[in-house]
Amino acid sequence: MSTLTRAGSNLNASTVAGTPGSARVDLVLVAQMVDYGAKVLDVGCGDGELLRLLSETRGVDGRGIELSREGVNECVAKGLAVIQGDADTDLGDYPDDAFDYVILSQTLQATRHPRIVLEHMLRIGRRAIVSFPNFGHWEVRLQLLFAGHMPRTDILPFSWYDTPNIHHCTIKDFRQLCTAIGVKMEKAVALNAWGSPLRLNAPWWFWNLFGEQAVFLLSRKG
Amino acid sequence: MGQIDRTSIPEVADSPREADQPHESLIAHFGADRPLKLDAGVELSPFQIAYKTYGTLNAERSNAVLICHALTGDQHVASVHPVTRKSGWWETMVGPGRPIDTERYFVICPNVVGACMGTTGPSSTDPKTRKPWGLEFPVITIRDMVRAQAMLLDHLGIESLFAVAGGSMGGMQVLQWAASYPQRVFCALPIACATRHSAQNIAFHEVGRQAIMADPEWRGGRYLLENANPRRGLAVARMGAHITYLSDAALHRKFGRKFQDRENPTFSFDADFEVESYLRHQGIAFVERFDANSYLYLTRAMDYFDLAGDYDGTLANAFAGTPTRFCVVSFTSDWLFPTSESRAIVHALNAASARVSFAEIVTDKGHDAFLLDEPELFAIVRGFLDGAGKARGLFAMS
Repeated sequence: MSTLTRAGSNLNASTVAGTPGSARVDLVLVAQMVDYGAKVLDVGCGDGELLRLLSETRGVDGRGIELSREGVNECVAKGLAVIQGDADTDLGDYPDDAFDYVILSQTLQATRHPRIVLEHMLRIGRRAIVSFPNFGHWEVRLQLLFAGHMPRTDILPFSWYDTPNIHHCTIKDFRQLCTAIGVKMEKAVALNAWGSPLRLNAPWWFWNLFGEQAVFLLSRKG
Repeated sequence: MGQIDRTSIPEVADSPREADQPHESLIAHFGADRPLKLDAGVELSPFQIAYKTYGTLNAERSNAVLICHALTGDQHVASVHPVTRKSGWWETMVGPGRPIDTERYFVICPNVVGACMGTTGPSSTDPKTRKPWGLEFPVITIRDMVRAQAMLLDHLGIESLFAVAGGSMGGMQVLQWAASYPQRVFCALPIACATRHSAQNIAFHEVGRQAIMADPEWRGGRYLLENANPRRGLAVARMGAHITYLSDAALHRKFGRKFQDRENPTFSFDADFEVESYLRHQGIAFVERFDANSYLYLTRAMDYFDLAGDYDGTLANAFAGTPTRFCVVSFTSDWLFPTSESRAIVHALNAASARVSFAEIVTDKGHDAFLLDEPELFAIVRGFLDGAGKARGLFAMS
């Protein structure tokens, strides 16, 4: 699922300093939230790009779960520890506190039960990192308002009938979910349509309107 | 099970006594001071292990790869078989430049205990009686096979293996290695296997065993003493088993309902269909190189295999705290060891927080796919070993 979603994005990291030139900016942002040498589970790891980046730049012990068989086999052939599995059904098999970070990169909107997935992530890992396309972005709103069809953008390139994305949310929605399940938001970054982070002191409504995608670092409360 | 045309099975001369003096193999002898302690509660002593090696052991003795063979395999993994003169059973996987690259790794492939190609088994000569063991040979288990292999590694001075790899019964040995000797296995490749034999698996094996024992030439297991050989029984066992190694789709693709060298049915029990002729050939070719009693013992060893059973019924306990890296592989059309069995292994490894990769390969070739030309399997094995080899410092990071 994430393979498709990620392939639709063609951001690059030129705006983020000190990172390999070719990596996607949202992946670089995620990687920068991870401590060196941490143990990481990437849920919906696609072709393994983030795991590779994490291992090369942060020296992490990384594992992945991916739904698509092609993605899994590609990852394993790259030497990554990836298994074929489904975020909705297979996270229950992992013991508590097995990882330092559990990452859900551009995959939340494709899960059947985002809330349960998020709860599992913070059970398995001490911290969770979630990145997702913001359905509150002005371009999305305008397409629905004026063109009257389901929005299609660079990072949401699918038609309504063939999209893997079944649970779109806005930055505001996601924050409300975090509050509802008692999750602490440690860090959040929103990227505009050019892949640049929005000003940190901007109000949430501004992020919700001008952030094309968002990355949240979460931890358990208390 | 089809009737076998009696005239179609040639009375071949007995194969050379590979059991005692294997050709083109190395032999490790274990005397009375080094008995093999068996799960059955007895000791096997003296005994010998026939094995082959390929490649060179490095100075650090850190690049050894153990290949575990399947039910009817042997040590001739990547070189010509001394009896059949056919090429090695995994030559597409093991060799110079192959995924298990003998230019990088030191490959060891032993014949398992209970088999018939030079490691002590029921067709070997019992030194006490100077007669073939026959059914006097103790029943052995997968764990016994692995214990014997560990003794071979001690004998070779190899403390830790870079990798253990194998499919089917070989995969069972890989899992047993990881459970019994986690500190000696850097990475493990169990392919097309399971942590236990299912009722269906046991049932198929029982049919094979009964076919052997129903052959009057079996002589209660004493056929070697009485200069007989239950060829027909063993051939029928092989025919039945061979069907389980293929898939319905593969059989249909290969044979369909095609007739063998004829236009019309003969209205007899001749091998009218190509698939019948093929199976008979498989059966006949098999008895040339395999011992009937070994078939009984090795199928029994697989039946008894239940890894979780040794760990209070919880599979994850078998791998608790394991430092080993795993790469589990299954095939979509394998109904003998279906993907669900591999998934159970993966779940247990996840529950044990082990480092595990798992790939299911799309193929219609059934269980046998692990032995065949499957480019995706080769890419996965190569990539997994590359990654693990770098982590172990076997070769420079690239």
